[in-house]
Amino acid sequence: MSLPAPESSGARSVLEPADIGRALTRIAHEILERTRGGADVVLLGIPTRGVDLARRLGARIGEVEGREVPVGSLDPTMYRDDLRLRPARALEHTEVPPGGVDGKLVVLVDDVLFSGRTVRAALTALEDLGRPRAVQLAVLVDRGHRELPIRPDYIGKNLPTARAETVRVLLTERDGRDVVLIEHAGEDGR
Amino acid sequence: MKRHLLSAGDLSRDDVTLVLDTAAELAKVASRPVKKLPTLRGRTAVNLFFEDSTRTRTSFEVAAKRLSADVINFSAKGSSVAKGESLKDTALTLEAMGADAVIVRHQASGTPLRLTNWIGGSVINAGDGTHEHPTQALLDAYTMRERLGRLEGLRVVIVGDVLHSRVARSNVLLLATAGAEVTLVGPPTLLPVGVEAWPSATSYDLDAVLPKCDVVMMLRVQQERMNAAFFPSAREYSRRYGLDARRMASLPEHAIVMHPGPMNRGMEIAAEVADSMRSTVTEQVANGVSVRMAVLYLLLGGAEPAIGAEPEAEEVVA
Repeated sequence: MSLPAPESSGARSVLEPADIGRALTRIAHEILERTRGGADVVLLGIPTRGVDLARRLGARIGEVEGREVPVGSLDPTMYRDDLRLRPARALEHTEVPPGGVDGKLVVLVDDVLFSGRTVRAALTALEDLGRPRAVQLAVLVDRGHRELPIRPDYIGKNLPTARAETVRVLLTERDGRDVVLIEHAGEDGR
Repeated sequence: MKRHLLSAGDLSRDDVTLVLDTAAELAKVASRPVKKLPTLRGRTAVNLFFEDSTRTRTSFEVAAKRLSADVINFSAKGSSVAKGESLKDTALTLEAMGADAVIVRHQASGTPLRLTNWIGGSVINAGDGTHEHPTQALLDAYTMRERLGRLEGLRVVIVGDVLHSRVARSNVLLLATAGAEVTLVGPPTLLPVGVEAWPSATSYDLDAVLPKCDVVMMLRVQQERMNAAFFPSAREYSRRYGLDARRMASLPEHAIVMHPGPMNRGMEIAAEVADSMRSTVTEQVANGVSVRMAVLYLLLGGAEPAIGAEPEAEEVVA
């Protein structure tokens, strides 16, 4: 497993592994409550770390309800409104669970909610994959600074930030450990 | 920074991987209810074809349309070219119409490079004379990776009319970049002068190389480009360099048979081989759309192209 890049001096940890675990457990329960047992729920993670979080939420819901929840991934890259502002980027994996999304309650899962533009792109991408009964949004961190009328349904932690700060989510699956960091880096328009 | 795809040799190993990975994701679009992505909405791609082609032209057209680009088909027949318009004037006309990409096929080698002098958008080589056909090499590489799981270390045999084959040239360059071992097989008259300098081996004996290869790529005998007698008779060519059922039986269990099409059944490839399970001919056509979508997206999708970056451009920055 690759080690995460060393933290810059200004990095401050805002969520420890236990906090992340508790937040995900709470979100899993909230999803079950709000969807009355989550019978038709499909979790779609937004790459890359949203997919890891969706898998974890799926496992937690499975533990509570004793039933598998379909988990997939949705890469909104081709639907982004800022494609022409940056070099063409590599595509991530899109994997719709076998049952599809028609008539389902789709919960989009991402690590950080910032401008809302990624979620906007994901909603458009979802439109081309089918017609869900409803779409909800779960995020580990809501850092504010929305540029579109988008609001999450499930939030791990509300994190007031300055625009110039960067929020980094590290997850065991990808980075070797669980932590959420705030850094005073340059502008990272996520 | 390069905006064009003129030669398979312009692509680095990372570029090749990026194109193939992107194509693999885009291939899934074909199985969705909505087979279209909004990515190139408002962009215009021109198919500028001076030579007959069904497969490549429609493949590019489908690829561009799946990315929501507008496509203009411009064939030499029935255009001002038939009235004697020069290539330059045709190019300037397309430029004035605001083409973001020009996909060009021409009987003269080097035409796409010439076009880059006059066209502000991206030029994509869809086959120029006997020079190159880079997107064919990319879709061939994609097909090999799909079937065999990798490119590195693959032993690829390319058989037949290498002299007139732009497919062979592009494949040799691309496969060498990707780390495959290429052997060219054909009669001495159909191997080009200077082939020793290519990053490939050569052989005149097809039966000797078949048992040790992973991929056999049969090339079409291009009668239309042959202005001399390159081999005594079609029958003799077929007997020495054609792939029939007996030869196919000497291939390793996993080996695949490829052909860029159109095939001359009974000449370079027997019908029973072309229709066998090993044959990837129809897969190659399907993969062509995904690979061309990937190329169009990577060249036109962003503020600057993601493939074919010129190393000296980085030095300027540094």
